[in-house]
Amino acid sequence: MQSETKSRVDQLKSTQGYPVAVLRFEGDIASTSKDAVLGTYQALPKETAKLILLDFTRVEYINSSGIALIIQLLIEASNSGQKVYAFGLSPHFTKVFTMVGITKYANLYPSQAEALAAL
Amino acid sequence: MSESKSTTVEMRLPTKLGYEKVAMSTAASVAKLQGFPEDRIEDLKTAVAEACINAIEHGNRLDEKLSVGVVLKAGTDTLEVKVLDDGKGISKQPPKPDIDRKMHGEEDPRGMGMFLIQALVDEVEWVPGADGKSSYVRLVIKLDRRAA
Repeated sequence: MQSETKSRVDQLKSTQGYPVAVLRFEGDIASTSKDAVLGTYQALPKETAKLILLDFTRVEYINSSGIALIIQLLIEASNSGQKVYAFGLSPHFTKVFTMVGITKYANLYPSQAEALAAL
Repeated sequence: MSESKSTTVEMRLPTKLGYEKVAMSTAASVAKLQGFPEDRIEDLKTAVAEACINAIEHGNRLDEKLSVGVVLKAGTDTLEVKVLDDGKGISKQPPKPDIDRKMHGEEDPRGMGMFLIQALVDEVEWVPGADGKSSYVRLVIKLDRRAA
């Protein structure tokens, strides 16, 4: 019943020319999404992937277990000296991410273009 | 929809993660029929999903022989949702999640469901079952007439 979470990585450059690893998620982010969220993140080379951008544009449903996975990603990134940003959240999930405090550790942007311009 | 009488929708969900989305979608459909604005429907969806996840994981402890009851009662300008399970209920509220403590490994990254429910609906109460089971959570969302 839990829908599968798809994920992929694109390597882009910010407007200022810094390399940015964009993790694009699709579907639901729930307790079954560990491989798609943490596994995809952990496969990035920590030495070179210093800017991580999470794309939620195609995410339809995030529950508290999914939010916990995002927090685990933020913890690992913080411990590895990486910065995490996100874009594409709906107004509702922008509110939820703000309520639980994720925005203290990951800036949210409305779009990929605005995120890349800010990095 | 009737003007003054309440309308009730009931369902029983299997104790399986993922089925909370059935309750979530049904609650959203009922709220839409009542004329709730989109942002309140999104709040309701998350609250109902989290209540069902708690019932599946903690109330019924993932026992697939049990089911989760969901009762939606649509009033004139409110929607009440009861989510019932076979657990004994909660004895005390967990502390409000603290992102700084989570980030520093001092608090489990999980454990935000009840906080989200409380933050997103107008009323919520957790009612323990009298016989140590059949507990339920009751949440109410009110129609925001300014946005309707």
